Amino acid sequence: MSDTVIKVENLGKKYIINHETGAGGYKRFSEEIVNFFKKTGKAAIGRNTKLSAKEEFWALKGVSFDVKQGDRIGIIGRNGAGKSTLLKLLSRITEPSSGRISLNGRVASLLEVGTGFHPELTGRENIYLNGAILGMGKSEIKRKFDEIVDFSGVEKFLDTPVKRYSSGMYVRLAFSVAAHLEPEILVVDEVLAVGDADFQKKCLGKMEDVSKSEGRTLLFVSHSMASITSLCNRCIYLSEGKVCADSTPSDAILKYYSSNLLNTPYHMNYKDFPKKIGDDVVILLEGSIEKLNGEKTSEIEIHDAFCIKMKYQILLEANQLIVPNFHFYNEGGICVFVSGARDVKQMTTGIYEAICHIPDNLMNEGTYFVGLAMTSYMPTGCKVNFFELNALSFNVKDPMDFRSARYGYTGPIPGVVRPILDWEIVKVNE
Amino acid sequence: MSSEFILVIEAGKTERHYWKDIWRFRELFLFLSWKDLLVRYKQTVIGVAWSVLRPLLTMIVFTFVFGRLAKMPDEGVPYPILVYSAMLPWQFFSNSFTEASNSLVANSNLVSKIYFPRLIIPTTSIIVSFVDFLISFSILGCLMVWYGFMPSIQILTLPLFLIFAMITSLGAGYFIAALNVKYRDFRYVIPFIVQFGLYLSPVGFSSSVIPEKWRLLYSINPMVGVIDGFRWAILGKEGLVYLPGFILSIALSLLILFIGIIYFRKTEKTFADVI
Repeated sequence: MSDTVIKVENLGKKYIINHETGAGGYKRFSEEIVNFFKKTGKAAIGRNTKLSAKEEFWALKGVSFDVKQGDRIGIIGRNGAGKSTLLKLLSRITEPSSGRISLNGRVASLLEVGTGFHPELTGRENIYLNGAILGMGKSEIKRKFDEIVDFSGVEKFLDTPVKRYSSGMYVRLAFSVAAHLEPEILVVDEVLAVGDADFQKKCLGKMEDVSKSEGRTLLFVSHSMASITSLCNRCIYLSEGKVCADSTPSDAILKYYSSNLLNTPYHMNYKDFPKKIGDDVVILLEGSIEKLNGEKTSEIEIHDAFCIKMKYQILLEANQLIVPNFHFYNEGGICVFVSGARDVKQMTTGIYEAICHIPDNLMNEGTYFVGLAMTSYMPTGCKVNFFELNALSFNVKDPMDFRSARYGYTGPIPGVVRPILDWEIVKVNE
Repeated sequence: MSSEFILVIEAGKTERHYWKDIWRFRELFLFLSWKDLLVRYKQTVIGVAWSVLRPLLTMIVFTFVFGRLAKMPDEGVPYPILVYSAMLPWQFFSNSFTEASNSLVANSNLVSKIYFPRLIIPTTSIIVSFVDFLISFSILGCLMVWYGFMPSIQILTLPLFLIFAMITSLGAGYFIAALNVKYRDFRYVIPFIVQFGLYLSPVGFSSSVIPEKWRLLYSINPMVGVIDGFRWAILGKEGLVYLPGFILSIALSLLILFIGIIYFRKTEKTFADVI
């Protein structure tokens, strides 16, 4: 068929993890030289031992799919499933280790908001620079300049260096440039996670417009299932570098969540992770779901209260309030609620545990995912230190006893919450 | 069917469109150069004056040390002009080489998030250095007026030697920039090369002080040919250029460019993975 714009065949990307040198990707030249002599020395005396424990890691393996013109494809999967690697391969930032990609059309990729923005330059200058970096020509940027400025809503500060912008303004300006890209194929990584909700909606709307009315192709990585369902007509679910589902968004999302149920634990220990989760202020150590008797579990009865615990370490004392907050999502990707700690005081360095008590009879039956997050509030604004989406999961079950007010009904009761409320039934004499 | 696709990315295959892509991304090249220029003088108090002061002060020190103290031969031209005419290509080389070598690491966010032919990044450093060169060049004009020195018609050949200076700095710049991505040691090597090079190259003195039998060996440093060429073009004195040495220098700088591009192209695709 002639309307296939992307054809991915047996695509693979291999990384070599070098256990000896640790996480750093780049090496010291002296090490290489020493290694070289060690190698030749060993070869000379006839031994052929491996110097360092080099391990191959396939971020993607055997991935194949076709994309037709005008498709809006969502890509979902857990952290490290290979989503970003796939986008990087499609946008030619890095080279595949196996397989091939055939492209028919100009690809523009948006893997980060404001790539190439320079803090010293003004908003106006950055629009031109960023536009050029994203692949627009000078005349194209000139033509769209007013539209971009309009969309961003930062007209007043156009000639101010962007380093004086608030983070919100910065993101809006960066998005506006990106939203006006007009490539045949647009590849977007999870960039919409930042920025305020209204603006996110505006950007999604713009992308949808462009894709629907002009038949452009979109590949979109997101953790927000709501954005995927509203924007995409097809969804690819990646797990451990392989395609697990390639179907309608709702089917793929369902599969993603049902597999998560098996994988997402009720207890996570981040201390042994190769990559620290957090920043220079605070890092995440541990998260768990516990019953009131202290038992860690994922099975919660609807009539029991339970708690979510998070251990974290404050590394730096500064003039800021470091506030833990938990985000609860249901299987459909709907955010049920967000809860942040109250009355947080300024804290010294050290390890802390935050405990959030969930009352009994709050959530309906079903599976829930907890995002562990930390936000620090400064006089100048706030910053997300870390946000582990879907870090933990738990299952709320109904024991089907007299407390459930089921009266023998055993089917599902709809709703996100299922509180037990006070009722009164009085007889009225008329 | 696959012939319909305009671009095929395959494991281990170099792209056919590379040089065409460089042309396609020419506007990005201009924008990045423009950014470098803008950024360079923002938040500096005396701005452009820096590109005047640096060569001027170095010239004064060199004139004093080599001309007055060491009493090097002046080839019949005012010593400041002798030094300055070599300072121009040297500053151009050291600026563009240093900038080019560090450019990939400095722009790592671009390299890991956007596709474009990576050769563009180190090449933009030429533009900033070229603008600096033009500013410094105007000072040469002032010096000539001050000393009443009349350049000969040979000065018209100057662009040719400037191109050789570009070739040398780009070749070395590409090579070191690519190495720098993987081995950060080169960050420390670059200042050494630049500092030693200043004294090893005939900047503070004329290369005629080198004994005839050593001059060919001396010309292994490609900047010797470039600097001699500059002096010849600006001062118009015969005998400044030692032809066999000059040819060797130029050949070597072309070789460096060739090796630089080959190595850069070979490692380019792994930049995003290791940077």
